[in-house]
Amino acid sequence: MTQKTFAGLNLEVTDEGYLVDPSKWTEEIAKEIAKEENIELTEKHFQVLKYIRENADSGLTIRKIGKSGIVDIKGFYDLFPGGPLKMSTKIAGIKKPASCV
Amino acid sequence: MKKILILGAGTGGTIMANKLRKALDRDDWDITIVDKHKTHYYQPGFLFIPFGIYNKQDVIKPKANFIPAGVNIIYSDIEKIVGEENKVLLDGGKVLNYDFLIIATGTKVDPSETPGLKEELWHKEIFDFYTIEGAVALREFFETWQGGRLVMSIAELPFKCPVAPLEFVFLADEYFTKVGIRDKVDITYVTPLPGAFTKPIATKMLGDLLKEKNINVIPDFYLESVDNKEKKIKSYDGLEIPFDVLTIVPVNKGDDMIERSGMGDDLNFIPTDKYTLRSEKFENVFVIGDASNIPTSKAGSVVHFAAEVVFDNMMCAIKGRELRAKFDGHANCYIETGFGKGSLIDFNYETEPLPGTYPLPGVGPFGLLQNTKMNHYGKVIFRWIYWHMLLKGKELPIENEMSMAGKKKS
Ligand SMILES: Cc1cc2nc3c(=O)[nH]c(=O)nc-3n(C[C@H](O)[C@H](O)[C@H](O)COP(=O)(O)OP(=O)(O)OC[C@H]3O[C@@H](n4cnc5c(N)ncnc54)[C@H](O)[C@@H]3O)c2cc1C
Repeated sequence: MTQKTFAGLNLEVTDEGYLVDPSKWTEEIAKEIAKEENIELTEKHFQVLKYIRENADSGLTIRKIGKSGIVDIKGFYDLFPGGPLKMSTKIAGIKKPASCV
Repeated sequence: MKKILILGAGTGGTIMANKLRKALDRDDWDITIVDKHKTHYYQPGFLFIPFGIYNKQDVIKPKANFIPAGVNIIYSDIEKIVGEENKVLLDGGKVLNYDFLIIATGTKVDPSETPGLKEELWHKEIFDFYTIEGAVALREFFETWQGGRLVMSIAELPFKCPVAPLEFVFLADEYFTKVGIRDKVDITYVTPLPGAFTKPIATKMLGDLLKEKNINVIPDFYLESVDNKEKKIKSYDGLEIPFDVLTIVPVNKGDDMIERSGMGDDLNFIPTDKYTLRSEKFENVFVIGDASNIPTSKAGSVVHFAAEVVFDNMMCAIKGRELRAKFDGHANCYIETGFGKGSLIDFNYETEPLPGTYPLPGVGPFGLLQNTKMNHYGKVIFRWIYWHMLLKGKELPIENEMSMAGKKKS
């Protein structure tokens, strides 16, 4: 665990940069994490982030987000290029999803 | 007379039938198990069929051989579970009532989820080895193949036996070396995971082994479609990988019956309490094995360990007591690495696979995250254990809960 400053707040993050306490998350923090990933957040991004935060405990997968009605899978990749699930969950301030073991 | 109904007579259903029949009085408890197939497949054996190590006869036996006397067995497709009314509808309209239900309907592969997968090249140059048909067709293909690009791709997470595609490429390396064409075969491992496996220490060990064997790894590849004309797989972010033969783990889903019953998530896996193994929706329904959504491997070893917990908690539930047993997510997987060697990983919800020895600290005989001949024998012996001990619900000489003894933290 390390400390990092986002939006003027000192926050605990994991070694991979995920917020330790999801309840500390704000839209301002999201914007700053996104900037580190070279993403400028739009309204669409925030709709996806909202869905992700609301479904954080339900075993999120790319397929599931593709069925959310907010974006399809291609659209999800367009919003968060590269590793959309890894990136979007980090920006949404939730735990890294435990994809299958 | 009270009734226990078990859906699915695969690994988990069969173990539960044996355990419960032994424990419960026949005058008080009626036990019924339902499955659509009469044949029990030893699924871990499918891996060896493409390489001519096992044939079909080595992996099949009649299901009835493993169901104890005093358990009713019905061969039928299950239509639907109506949990609110404690009943199950079978294909053709027959109704079965229950006091307690155990769901053990497993997971299956669904190639139709990926555009282009099940088209003209299916079982001609595109194969799965998660079904007996796919494994046998692939064997025939390999027997006369001249070499080229072999691509092993995983369509979606989660999938059962997450080490099986790794074992597949290790065995392919050995097979093509032995038939003398390894220099003409380019092996590529394509995965939606960020590396060879999910957890860091095992990923490093297995990643090094892949490199040593000259197997390419393409991580973070999320499969969108298969192009049969150009023989390429495509990802959602526009990557394309050409193949001459594609071996695939198609999307894994729970049975459609779960969807019809309104009991599944988006992949038809059943929301289940990961500690008690009880359905989150119904108090008198337990879920064992691949059918559940618990965050551990979908593997026979997990089913075996989970069976103890389901059994203990059923006993509590029958007496109207609180559920006492807690599952820790224990998984124990032998990994064939080719040329008569194997590796072994042992882990649970909390602890990632670590190096060390198993089951006895410092002694073994098996080496955790090590590549040894002994581990390979472990895998070979597993088939015998599966048929003769595991399915019958006998005690195995290993602990149910994962143990830290013998493991090295760093
Ligand atoms: C290639 C391969 C290699 C593997 N290697 C290993 C290994 O090395 N080690 C290991 O531990 N595990 C391994 N596994 C995984 C292991 O086989 C499974 O995890 C295990 O068998 C799951 O047991 P289960 O009871 O949950 O489901 P299953 O054993 O699959 O049983 C499900 C049963 O339900 C029945 N059913 C489903 N739906 C219906 C319906 N609607 N109506 C009627 N019947 C229905 C099916 O016919 C089936 O008999 C491997 C699997 C594969 C495919």
